[in-house]
This record gives sequence, structure tokens and C-alpha cells, in this order.
Amino acid sequence: MTAGKTGRIIVLHLAVIAALFAAQYFLPAYHHGNVARILVLASFAVGYNLLLGYTGLLSLGHAMFFAAGMYGAGLPLYYFDIGVIPAFGLGLLASLALAFCFGLLALRTSGVAFLIVTLMFAQAFFLATLYFNEITLGDQGFVLSEQARTLNLGGVGFSFADPTVKYNAALLLFACCMLGCLALVRSPIGRVWMAIRENEPRTRMLGYDSYRYKLLALVLSGVMSGAAGAGYALLFAYVGSTFASIQYSIFALLWALLGGVGTVLGPLVGAGLMFYLVDIAGDFTSSYLLVVGVVLVVLILWYPKGLLGSLRERWLPWLP
Amino acid sequence: MDFGPHLFLALLEGTVSAFVLAVTALGLSLVFGVMRVVNVAHGEFYMLGAVLAWWLTTLLAGSPAIGFGVALIIAPLIVGAFALAADWLILRRIDYHPESTIVATIGLLYIIQQLVLTFYGPDARPVEPPLYFRVSFPWFGYSGYKLIVVGASALLLLGVWLAMARTKFGLYMRATQQNQEMAQAFGVPVRRVYAIVFALGAMLAAAAGVLVVPIQQAHYLMGLDPLLLSFIVVIVGGLGSLRGTVVAAFVIGLSDGVISVFFSPTLAKIIATLFVAMVLVYRPSGLFGQPEEEA
Repeated sequence: MTAGKTGRIIVLHLAVIAALFAAQYFLPAYHHGNVARILVLASFAVGYNLLLGYTGLLSLGHAMFFAAGMYGAGLPLYYFDIGVIPAFGLGLLASLALAFCFGLLALRTSGVAFLIVTLMFAQAFFLATLYFNEITLGDQGFVLSEQARTLNLGGVGFSFADPTVKYNAALLLFACCMLGCLALVRSPIGRVWMAIRENEPRTRMLGYDSYRYKLLALVLSGVMSGAAGAGYALLFAYVGSTFASIQYSIFALLWALLGGVGTVLGPLVGAGLMFYLVDIAGDFTSSYLLVVGVVLVVLILWYPKGLLGSLRERWLPWLP
Repeated sequence: MDFGPHLFLALLEGTVSAFVLAVTALGLSLVFGVMRVVNVAHGEFYMLGAVLAWWLTTLLAGSPAIGFGVALIIAPLIVGAFALAADWLILRRIDYHPESTIVATIGLLYIIQQLVLTFYGPDARPVEPPLYFRVSFPWFGYSGYKLIVVGASALLLLGVWLAMARTKFGLYMRATQQNQEMAQAFGVPVRRVYAIVFALGAMLAAAAGVLVVPIQQAHYLMGLDPLLLSFIVVIVGGLGSLRGTVVAAFVIGLSDGVISVFFSPTLAKIIATLFVAMVLVYRPSGLFGQPEEEA
């Protein structure tokens, strides 16, 4: 890998963050709010892509990690008002613990069996959020008060209800996830992940303990998804069991597929495009989720590499 | 009611849902066994059967028995034709690649579900049972139609078993299931077998949907539960094993029925999903047929 290539990659990703930072001064209020939401959802998709795109493990249960972060942060904040930073930390911890325990079990399987195990665990998690509705308030969910969502830094209060704070917090979250993903996939660990994706038995034969590497990928992917979930609860104030449903696992898959599996920026492109596609379709029909189905089928039939994946194949071979 | 009659009612309800589940899961099991693909849209075929049954019985509003009889034949045929088209347009083109098929059938799930939402609407609509009579037990009366569901499902299961065991096409299916390449070498039209099996699986789901609609009402989101339950049944029973599927449908259906009566249905589902996940974790190759090939 040449220094020029590394420089180009770093410049590109920093430029994307800078452009997103600058965008807040131009965007009209409606899109301003949308982009903040997209950034949080894209962080979720980046986490998902870490597992699917680089390690080659297809999961249908990532909503469970997103929701673990969400409830991990939301419940203590709602009941005990413990402050924003401890709540976020608890959200991360919850998704970390869940991803670790889940990984220990689920990674004993592979292929289609792994996929169904993720689906089943996530469904059990979703049903549990409904079953314990005295605490979680089930699918009705609960709303976090503005006072609980205010961050005190040296006497200055930052309320996440304020659009500017919200946007920049979302951007910070996304930038951390994206740069973290970039650093990871360019590190020796990332190389081993990709080797596992390409050919697991051969990687094992070279002396790598593929189980450990997959577990690490799953845990990091889960924590990133959990961070997005905790961020969502803090920034948009609502916590409900819909976010744990299969639909959100499918959304993460869809965003990663559309943007390009195994590309660092793909999840952002996928989440942004899909958000606006669904938004526009929602203006015309109540069956706006039809778009989701059509995009999935079209992608799998004609563009299995997604937008940035195809771009990389044709013109930009250096794109990470 | 005392404990005894209560348990009897639970077992009765469990039996009815077990039979319906067996028919639905058998469709999924056939598709997985022969084609080695997981059809995530299976529950939507079930829903489509129920919705078409509502549509056909409203169209033929006269005697409910005739309308329902027509629905029981026509609705699975329509769904089967739709599945054939999906196989030809989508699955064949991605060469039945296992993971791509899952993504494609998720797409199909949304397409079917949202089209039904567009043309049928968000309401749950009832269909009148074709016959109405009550079977009276000493403690309570029971809807006779539910017993007809049991009978019809049993006939369907028997029919599939006979077709698999006694016909030439059944032989083709079993050959493809055992070894696809070898079957092709012996002149089995594997592609056609795939298409027909996919349609057959969809038709079984649709038939189950038609049978259940007088009990349950037709709704565009009704496909998710049978899908998950069928997954559970097919995995526990051993993929591709028809006998295993039927046996597992009874175990799961009855225990689901009994647990649901005495505890909360949600708790029953949590236990069932965790159980099946554990089965997959600890017996992955055993329950998925042969161990996965290593490159």
C-alpha cells in the first residue's frame, strides 16, 4: 500500500465529514433534522457492515443490538435520570454484553444456520421487550424528557432537543463509527477478517483462530450498533420496541447492501438514499415499504455489490 | 372451568393449530429439503391464501360452503402461479445461491405484503365458515369447523406423502434432494423440479391460509407468525425430513397451545424461539442434514 493511496483515502473520508459539518449551515430545517437522523442510522449500518461486509457474516438480528443500546441508555435515563454520559455508557455496555454472549453461542454455527440463529435470538429479544411491558412500556414506548437529555459540560448545558446540538452530536457519533471502521479494516485485524470472508478454512490453516476474530467482529459490530441505538434514544427522545423488530435488522442489511457491502462510506450512502426513497414514497402511498422490497430484489438481481461497490469495481479501485 | 376440561380445551386448540402448522411447515420443509434455500416469503404465501379466500368468498356470495370450496381450490392455484413467476423471474437468475435467495425472498416478502396492503387495505376481515355446527362436550361446546380443519389438513399431509412416495415426480424430488448433480446426470429435469417444488411449497402455505381464515380473519400482517413457527418446526424436525416436520409440528403446536392457555402467548413464543436457536447452536449439522461443505 503506497503512501499516496493512504493519503487519498484519509482526505476523502475527512472531506466527507467536513462536507457533512458544512451542510448544517445550508440545509433547510426539515432536511437538517432528516440528515441528523440519517447519520445515526448510518452509524448503525456501519456497525452492521463491519460484520457482513468485512467478515462475511450475514446477520438478521442486528436490531437486537441497536435496541440493547437504546434500552440500555433509555431505561436508566427514564427511571433514574442518571445523566447523558452514564446513560450512553450503559447503552454501550448493554450491547457489548449482549453481543459477547450471543457471539459465544451463535458463532458455533455458520451460513444459513447462523442467519436463522440471529433471527431467532433477535425475535426472542423483541418479544421480551413486549413481555416485560411494565418496564419497557412495550410497543407504545416512552419519551425521554428534555431535561433528562441535557448534557452538562462545565456548567454549560447542551440540550439534545436543540437542532444544532442534535446535528453535531449525530455527526460526531457517525464520524467516530466511520473512522473507527476505516481504521479497523485497514489494520491487521481487518485483513484477517477479509481473509475469513474470502476463505475461512484457509485462514484457519494459516494459523489464525477464526472463531476469535469472528467474535471480535461481532462484538465490535454489536457495540457500534448499540452506540447508534443509544444515540438514537438520546437525540430523538423516543424508545420503543419497534426498533427491536425484524424490520430494523432488515433495514440495516438493506442500507449496507444498497450503499455497497464492504465499503466504508457505503452505509451512509445506503441509509441516506433509502431514507429519502421511503420518505418520498410515503407521500404517495401508505404502502411505502414496497420500495424496500423492490430495492432489495433489484439489488440482488443486478447490483449485488451496491452503489459504491460497483463504483469501486469500475473506476475507484482504491476505495476502502 | 376445572383444570381437566381446561387442559382438554388447550389440547384441542393445540391440535387444530398443530395441523395447520404442519401443512404450512411442510411447504417450507419441501422447499428447503429439495432446493436448499430458505424461503423467507413463505408466510406471505400463507397470508395471500387467506386474503384470496376472503376475496373469492365475497365474490361468490351465496352459499358460504360453495364459495369456500372454490376458494380452497382456486386460491392455492393463484398463489402457486405467483410462486412459479417468482422462481422464474428472481430465484433462477441468482442461481438459488443460499444467501442471495434469503435477501431476495425478504424483498419478495415486502412486495407481496405491501401490494396486499394497497389493494386489500389494513383491516382484518372475517370469512364465514362453510359449515356451522357445534360439537358438544360435557363441559363446553366446540366449533365443528375446527374439526373440519383438522380433517382437511390431515388429507393434505397424506396427499403430499403419497405423492412423494408413489409418483414419478415424487421420485424426482427425492432424487434431487439426495444429490442434485447425480439426479441431473440421470435425466431428472432439476430446474423444473425446483420450480414446481417452490410452487408446491407456496400452495401448501396458501391452503393452510385458506383453512385458517374462518377461525382467524384475513389481515396483511398475518404471515409473520406462521413463518417463524414454520422455521422452528422445520429446524427442530430436521430439514427436508417430512416425517420430522410433521412430528415437530405436533410437539410445537401442542406445547404452544397448552403454554398459551396457561401462560402468556408471548412467553410461549419466547421459549420456542430460544429453544430452536439452541437446537441450531448445539446440533447445527444434525438438523441441517449434511454438514456444510468446506472449500
